[in-house]
Amino acid sequence: MSPKRQRMALALLAVVAIVGAVLLAMSALGDEAAFFYAPADAASAPLDKPVRLGGMVAPGSVARDADGVTIRFTVTDGKASVPVRFAGIVPDLFRENSGVVAEGRFVAGGGFVADNLLAKHDERYMPPQVAGKMHKSESIAK
Amino acid sequence: MPSLHALANPRRFLSIARPLTPLLVWGGLALFAFGCWAGLTQTPADYLQGDSVRILYVHVPAAWLGMGGWSSLAIASIVFLVWRHPLAAVAARAIALPGALFTALCLATGSIWGRPTWGTWWQWDGRLTSMLLLFFVYLAYLALARADADRDGDGRIPALFGIAGTALLPVIRYSVLWWRTLHQGPSITLTKSTIDPAILWPLFFTAGGASLLFGGIVLMRMRADLARIKAEARMRRRAAV
Repeated sequence: MSPKRQRMALALLAVVAIVGAVLLAMSALGDEAAFFYAPADAASAPLDKPVRLGGMVAPGSVARDADGVTIRFTVTDGKASVPVRFAGIVPDLFRENSGVVAEGRFVAGGGFVADNLLAKHDERYMPPQVAGKMHKSESIAK
Repeated sequence: MPSLHALANPRRFLSIARPLTPLLVWGGLALFAFGCWAGLTQTPADYLQGDSVRILYVHVPAAWLGMGGWSSLAIASIVFLVWRHPLAAVAARAIALPGALFTALCLATGSIWGRPTWGTWWQWDGRLTSMLLLFFVYLAYLALARADADRDGDGRIPALFGIAGTALLPVIRYSVLWWRTLHQGPSITLTKSTIDPAILWPLFFTAGGASLLFGGIVLMRMRADLARIKAEARMRRRAAV
């Protein structure tokens, strides 16, 4: 093997080794690196510790308390759902059937109390006309 | 590969790079400006995000070039280590600065978009954190390459660092698929796009334009670096006489 060939083999080996090591490390890291808990693994989440809960706002679940500030809604991932209570200003994109990440803590009894809400946007982008045709729900088209 | 070797000759490289530089820079700027104009005036707003969707025409090319920049830096580093050609090291050094700039642009535009959309400027989720790491890795490479040049190093250590840094690229790419993140999943893959064609099309102009501009900046920096090397060699010869 010529020295050049040798260096080439070494360089390729190094790239494969580095990428392989990272892939292994990342898949081992798995859920440890998740940004939020899904409702399905709420049972394994610690109580009264600051965590995040993410999922879809269940359609028809948003209700406002009599105080006018507190809202209640259900976060679901299709497998399980968790009732959430939040008092404060919701982001503009917070709506039913849309993604949300709530920062707060799980409380005894299976609920979640949020200190802050983040809207999670999905990867679909479309003009209002198209969105209106897809699902006749609310859209910013007036 | 005779063509690669011909291009690796600095004189022949310069004879091609000199006329190519203004073409890439001005062509890139024109395409990018047209894409921005079209993105601001010719496309509909998004049904949920409203007008803030338009930042994608800058954000997405910046993200692609930040990552593509490191891929080409790594390829140049491999070429340098295997074929020992100094021009490849010059190319790798030239790529680092625009790569860092586009990565910073991606982070800044993403943050500006995140405020109205998510309701936050910054969160430590998988995608945002890994992209910030790439920015720091670029800065580290710049410092390392400078230190290596200052001490008359042979350029092998920055080249090895360039190869090692590729480890971040799959992490950034798949962070939104492996982990639950705040950042949405990929909208555009090789085979499909979940962005409506009416919104998507100016992105091709801004992405193409930014890529040409990136190439133009790299050529400019390579030419400046070659001129510096030449001037230093001449000074050294003169000092020796």
